[in-house]
Amino acid sequence: MSENQNIPAIEMRGVNVAAMRDASFTVVEDVNWSVAAGEFWVVAGQEHSGKSDLLMLAAGLMPPAAGCCRLFGNDTSNFGEAELAERLRVGFVFQGGQLFSQLTIAENVALPLRYQKNLTPASAAAEVKGLLELMELSPLADVTPADVAANWRQRAALARALILKPEVLLLDNPLAALGARHRQWWLRFLEQLSRGHEQFGGGPVTMVVTADDLHPWRSARRKFAVLRDKQFIPVGAWNEVETASDPVVKELLAASVELTSQS
Amino acid sequence: MTLCYAARVRGNLAKAFEMANTQVLRRAALPKSYTDFLGRKLFLFLLTVQGLGAFALITIGVILRKSGVAKNVVRPRIRQEIARAGVALLPMFFFVALALGFLVVGQTVSALAKVGATSYLGSTMVIVIVRELGPLLAAMLVLARVGTANVIELGTARAMGEVEALETLGIDPVHYLIVPRVIGMALGVFALTVYLIIGALASGYLFAFLQDVPMTPGDYFKQITESLSWLDFALLALKTIGFGFFIAIVTCYHGLAQPLRLEEVSRVAVRAVTQGVIVCVLIDAVFIVLYLLT
Repeated sequence: MSENQNIPAIEMRGVNVAAMRDASFTVVEDVNWSVAAGEFWVVAGQEHSGKSDLLMLAAGLMPPAAGCCRLFGNDTSNFGEAELAERLRVGFVFQGGQLFSQLTIAENVALPLRYQKNLTPASAAAEVKGLLELMELSPLADVTPADVAANWRQRAALARALILKPEVLLLDNPLAALGARHRQWWLRFLEQLSRGHEQFGGGPVTMVVTADDLHPWRSARRKFAVLRDKQFIPVGAWNEVETASDPVVKELLAASVELTSQS
Repeated sequence: MTLCYAARVRGNLAKAFEMANTQVLRRAALPKSYTDFLGRKLFLFLLTVQGLGAFALITIGVILRKSGVAKNVVRPRIRQEIARAGVALLPMFFFVALALGFLVVGQTVSALAKVGATSYLGSTMVIVIVRELGPLLAAMLVLARVGTANVIELGTARAMGEVEALETLGIDPVHYLIVPRVIGMALGVFALTVYLIIGALASGYLFAFLQDVPMTPGDYFKQITESLSWLDFALLALKTIGFGFFIAIVTCYHGLAQPLRLEEVSRVAVRAVTQGVIVCVLIDAVFIVLYLLT
């Protein structure tokens, strides 16, 4: 058990990250990064800096262009059907949700549970209902994503990722395009998950979020890294972010200050 | 220029299934000479055949390997697709059966009666309706009604990132999205062809009767049944299931097997329908040879 705890949840050594849309184009080079169980990482970068691609690679959804990426100690370049159980230990929330447009919100949330455990809709209903209530999504259960505001779609995507109770949660820019009330809800809820939420077994969920604005993620418990000029630069804790001389870090900190002063 | 072009094509052939690579060929400046133009068309044809073949084999592999996986999710989806590619099209098929009976059977019966050749009626109907027009027309209608919807739905899902979302949830997109469509469409085309043939033959007699052709219903259907052999039933089933399978493969391949932007979906839908028609005609040609050999 203790041996398993020492294995990093995510580990990258000399990894080159290719673009999801064009595998011949490298977006981030030579990433050396280790995410221990229970850690909360914030990876910030400007638009098109490769945040989403890095996250997709970390989830084992695409192989590295070079180097080695391990998920719970298993090399992701060999991931196939046999390693599905390892993959399902990681939950992924896309920016914008990417819900299935033909299904209702409840069906979207139920789908991974029903598919992986071969359940009928009735058998999955109780668990789905509980999660929808926790996420305040019950009134939208029977509505298709097209009829739901972006704020709630993003929350439904979080519910869909959590239904299988993952140990690691990867979130691609979850606060983008959210209103102030929803941002507060997300920050509070992710913090609860990170510390351990009783509905998800009580254990801390390892988390990696990407962001284009560092301020909302300010916390002494979190670790920060930035993507700049195809480089992955671990910055450290929040106090190191505040004192960092890196121009991109300063810009990512200034972004929300400008927004606040404008509003 | 030609050598450079050929080298680029060779490089892309190895990765033909990654359709992004074929875009290089489609978007490259048109070669000046006509032979180069034909060469490009030929290479694209080969790439498409390779891609479709690979996609068909992958789909068959998934059907066989995952028949017992997530039955409570996939089987309702198969029933849904059978309803969409079969039951939902029945009203249109009854209308088409009536029209076909009037246009082909009614006029043929009437013409044969005028020259006193009604003894050829059975074999003529079997060749025209049972072997050729019925299956091909059913396939074309399903391609138009459901095949185009397949490309647009899957293309939009691909463009909106839903396929990547399935992968993050450990759900095989081929198993969840393609297998139900392929099975549904294969069974749908088969069932609809049977209804279309029965409807066309019945309405054909009705129109012949209205034209005072001296033939009883008993004689009419007796001639048809005597002209049918067990091989007609077997090949009809094979042919229609083949039509449905390949229409689904072509339309799903174009919708799913390549990264798409939303604005590309309509163009891809047109290409898929064109290739669907070509594939159906090719399958039909194979079966004509089989009929002639037997």
